[in-house]
Amino acid sequence: MASGFDSALGFSGRRGPVAAVAKVVVYTIVVAVFAGPLLALMVGAFTRVPDPTSLSLTSGEFTFDNFTRAFDRGVLGYLANSFIVVGGGLLLQIAVSVSAAYSLARKKFPLMKLVFLLILSTMMLPEEVLAIPLSLVLSEVNLTGSLLGMIVPVGAWAFSILVMTEFMKEIPVELEEAARLDGAGDLRVFWSVVLPLCRPALGVIGIFGFTMIWDQYLLPLLVATDAQQFTLPLALRTLRSDEEVGVGVLLAAALLALLPSVLAFLAMQRQFMRGLTSGAVKG
Amino acid sequence: MKATGSGAAATAVRPGRRPGQSAPPPAPAKRAGRCNVKAALIPWLFLAPALVIFAMFKFWPMAQAVKMSLYEVRPYLGDRWVGLDNYRQMLTDEDFLAAIGHTVVLAVGQTGGAIVLGMGLALLLEGSARHLWVVRTAAFLPTVAAMAVVAEVWRILYFPAPDGAVNSILSWFGAGPSQFLNSEDSSLLSVMAVGIWRGAPYDMMIFLAGLAGVDRNLYEAAAVDGASVFRRIWHVTFPALRPVFAILFTLAAIRGLRVFTEIFLLTNGGPNGATEVMMTLIYKLGLERGELGIAAAGSMLLLAATVLLTVVVRAVQARSSRQVA
Repeated sequence: MASGFDSALGFSGRRGPVAAVAKVVVYTIVVAVFAGPLLALMVGAFTRVPDPTSLSLTSGEFTFDNFTRAFDRGVLGYLANSFIVVGGGLLLQIAVSVSAAYSLARKKFPLMKLVFLLILSTMMLPEEVLAIPLSLVLSEVNLTGSLLGMIVPVGAWAFSILVMTEFMKEIPVELEEAARLDGAGDLRVFWSVVLPLCRPALGVIGIFGFTMIWDQYLLPLLVATDAQQFTLPLALRTLRSDEEVGVGVLLAAALLALLPSVLAFLAMQRQFMRGLTSGAVKG
Repeated sequence: MKATGSGAAATAVRPGRRPGQSAPPPAPAKRAGRCNVKAALIPWLFLAPALVIFAMFKFWPMAQAVKMSLYEVRPYLGDRWVGLDNYRQMLTDEDFLAAIGHTVVLAVGQTGGAIVLGMGLALLLEGSARHLWVVRTAAFLPTVAAMAVVAEVWRILYFPAPDGAVNSILSWFGAGPSQFLNSEDSSLLSVMAVGIWRGAPYDMMIFLAGLAGVDRNLYEAAAVDGASVFRRIWHVTFPALRPVFAILFTLAAIRGLRVFTEIFLLTNGGPNGATEVMMTLIYKLGLERGELGIAAAGSMLLLAATVLLTVVVRAVQARSSRQVA
């Protein structure tokens, strides 16, 4: 039925010239407010911006200078560190989540409730709350001063495990039983039956893990002992306090730190939205 | 395609696997017993990586924090038991109390602001048209951007000169110029605004998911009854979204309590301590001034607040859902 009840407010469904103008105005404001600052960042990265007041969306000619100067400051190295951390961390996180979820979703064993609770409780123990002892533990196990220290701790993430567990519970047991009758052991069943069927959920935890690890700040801050191990987000602060580089160089580096997460999000938007709603609704 | 490939690889790697071990024919008692032990171990083997990482980087530090909070931590000299002294010191320290205040104000302001703005955005941008999807995606970008990037951009936009970006915009409306992050009066609000800017689109998406689940027939029924748009939203939409509000509130409030990165990068607690929050203070105490015991006590307080908040909201949620049912 083509009635006007497509939405709660009915704003987007209104017709007529007045409504059309109102819509254009509202949408423009929304985009300007939320995407504008990031657009300014992008424009600034490609124009000469010696100081913050000369940031402008319209004037200024195109230059690649900011990037070459940022590269001189080792930004490519920081970017490489970021990619190593996000690549390693994500692979580990997915492997760990999938493996734990297989147990939680497909097996019955004593203490399962307790394990589930423990995993849930880690959601209340973020790096921030544990920062001080975590930094001591990291140095005790010799993970400070190495990118490994930024990778291993993010390897287990309750959100990924829970999303994966929920998904695996939905996979029909019959498929697994058929494989077992054919003589497949647990590892076989896991690899060749359960895992391929989990591909949609892998997309969800993949994109969430990516943005989560890319956004990490405190953990790399605790782990890094010198600039060699800085990830790009950490390096932005150093670049800012560097008197010799202008705002444009900082913006170029910031753009490089922004793009991977934005591109990953745009590429996997559907999975992202699915994770967003499932994750939020289930706590 | 990729998954099949790796599946085949896994098969190839394990050629010597004994077939039929999980569906054994009637076997001698001894072998069956070994199978049972093995079967009992398998779930734990699959869980092991997660449990080991959690134990090492969550539960072990957690236990350390509890212990440290009761000691005066002295590297090389050995720790000295002080009981609850760290807690007492912390709770009588003016800076710490101020930090708690800032944290609560910031958490409440950001949470409330993001929920209200997110709800407004969701109502305005609800619909299935393609251009709405584009607007929503554009509006969502702040949420995906790393906090470090967001902080640097806003530091530049907030530049306190009259011709700074935000001040220029304010001047169109005859307002400003403001010192933003540089003044004790406006710094906390400026930080809060960044938090709302980044949080509102997230809330919007959750609300949109909730809105999609509201029965369209109810809108129609309300319209037939002659209810205005306002009353329709108030009496039909909002009640349907109540669980969403509760969830968003909990999530955001918990996140708000442990706010660190945006403060660390935007103001680092300044000017003159006006934006010092619990986490930045704990970080400074623990890692810059070496007051590990007091810092640990602060972390414990933060943890207690988080747990309390979660439990309370869960309880309220459970009660209200019982009432509805």
